[in-house]
Amino acid sequence: MTNWSIILGIAKTHLLTKIKQTSIAALGVTFGIGSYITLVCFMTGLNTMLDDLILNQTPHVHIYNEIEPAKQQPVSLYDDLNNSFNVIHSIKPKLSQKKIHNAIPIIHYLENNDNVRGALPQVKTQIFYIAGSIEIGGNLTGINAIDEAKYFNMGDYIIEGSAEALQNTDNGILLGIGIAKKMALKIGDRVQVSPINGGIFPLKIVGFYQSGIADLDAIQSFTNIKTVQRILGEANNYITDINVKLFDIEKAVPLARTIEQQFNLKAIDIKTANAQFETGTTIRNLITYAVSITLLIVAGFGIYNILNMLIYEKMNDIAILKATGFSGNDVQLIFMSQAMIIGFVGGVLGLLIGFGLASLIETIPFQTEALPTVETYPINMNPLYFVIGFSFTMLSTFFAGYLPSKKAKKIDPVKIIRGQ
Amino acid sequence: MNIVLEAKHINKYFKKPVKFHVLKDISFQIKKGEFASIMGKSGCGKSTLLYILSTMDTDYDGELYLNNELITGQDRTHLSYLRNKHIGFVFQFHYLLSEFSVLENVMLPAKKLAEKTNQEIENDAMQKLKILNIEHLAKKRASQVSGGEKQRVAIARALINNPSIIMGDEPTGNLDSYNAENVFNIFKQLSDEQGLSLLVVTHDKDFANKTDRIIQMGDGRIIG
Repeated sequence: MTNWSIILGIAKTHLLTKIKQTSIAALGVTFGIGSYITLVCFMTGLNTMLDDLILNQTPHVHIYNEIEPAKQQPVSLYDDLNNSFNVIHSIKPKLSQKKIHNAIPIIHYLENNDNVRGALPQVKTQIFYIAGSIEIGGNLTGINAIDEAKYFNMGDYIIEGSAEALQNTDNGILLGIGIAKKMALKIGDRVQVSPINGGIFPLKIVGFYQSGIADLDAIQSFTNIKTVQRILGEANNYITDINVKLFDIEKAVPLARTIEQQFNLKAIDIKTANAQFETGTTIRNLITYAVSITLLIVAGFGIYNILNMLIYEKMNDIAILKATGFSGNDVQLIFMSQAMIIGFVGGVLGLLIGFGLASLIETIPFQTEALPTVETYPINMNPLYFVIGFSFTMLSTFFAGYLPSKKAKKIDPVKIIRGQ
Repeated sequence: MNIVLEAKHINKYFKKPVKFHVLKDISFQIKKGEFASIMGKSGCGKSTLLYILSTMDTDYDGELYLNNELITGQDRTHLSYLRNKHIGFVFQFHYLLSEFSVLENVMLPAKKLAEKTNQEIENDAMQKLKILNIEHLAKKRASQVSGGEKQRVAIARALINNPSIIMGDEPTGNLDSYNAENVFNIFKQLSDEQGLSLLVVTHDKDFANKTDRIIQMGDGRIIG
């Protein structure tokens, strides 16, 4: 039988008469939780940005025809040499076609898979950009510009012009910014490209592409699939790569394996392609959480300290409460509720401050060559962090209050009263 | 006559720093409406006895009855309840909660008992303050009233749950003779008019001589 109104009444009076101490304890929590929210939003925002930098452009599964030596050499087919020790020197890769055999039916097949968001064909080839007498080597990739923008955020990396412009312009080209600078080209100009097997094709510049990776921007350009096929003199089923985007990135590994077995193609999943990148992300997250938890623990100790002092000051009050019929549990609840009130008020203020600071950071300009789409510092305002932060506050204030209040519960009133 | 409080063969030892027999086979009764005082030299164990009788100290041998109910060996929560309902306490150093108003101090034990509504408790508390002639202090902070007034507030608080017995540990020990006289008169009045039982530990011979009965203690025993 606990009488909450009176216990909370006493707790409130204690807190309000010691408003300075109460505020300091609450501020400890506020700063702890405020900096936790700010830090975690900012850090995960940066993390997400860095992840996106790589992951947005990277297909979850990349399917192509790898040039590699045949795994089975003719000698192993010969039964007579079955049990002997065969040594083969100077194995050469097998001559195989660059194009994916039956690429269009494979794309249809993949698009019918429930896990697949999109499967996009690409045609990759080496070309030369021709400027007067100078030939600059480079890559030209034929794409479906609109789909690339939809699934791989291509639009973020087009700094002038648009994906639609490329899609709608026959013989259009989206030129890497590095090449454009080297050759002093602007939108509407024409650039001549020459495939390895000869011929010169003038293409109209409809936009510039900047990935943020300078080496890539100095060689890479995009055009429509049909344009590349025409340059290469191939049929319209000539597809060299298929990029697959999934709904769930975790499914990439098994899908890549299935595709390799089923179609006898090379399929690289994103985890294999970016293994070192994931490690970086994990470690950054680890640091974020280590710092946040430290902040919250420090705030918890602040509460512990203040409550401990409060209980020493209130020894007489505790004795008198017990003498007039309050049980040890009542006294414990009085001090527990003080801790929880401090935690709650401090926590809510901290969430607000964290929200404010994070919002402020989000408005600070942050411009960098490497990230054309980013204009301000990135913030990841995930409600989950607010929930975690608040729960942790309540938990740590509970423990910070529990130990001192346990002591208050055990105080022997006779000792205090007689000791006077 | 009804017996309010009865002690049977109470023995108490202090274990630190050396084992010491403080109370030796104490037995006595307090009847309803009786105003008794315990006298004795310093260190004879009278306060120790009072704290055992008040149920706050449970480390003793023997049996203790309150309103003919055995309270020895009850759990602490129940003892807290008994203390709340049946025993009023007045200490030497008034012991009010200094952050609360006088009225709140008086109301607190009744709120804990929670048998009445807040409005009823407030009326009761004002009535008790009126009996003690300090109703004008009701809204003041406990830390802002004088020593004699504090002691009267403490008495009002002891009365709020209409207890079976009021215990005092040198309630006048810290007061000048005028206020001491005043407090005694209040006790006497409560005893005569409301039939309240009182048990007061005191050093003050004049005070003791005016009570109904003096329990003289010496060396851990009742000697008269």
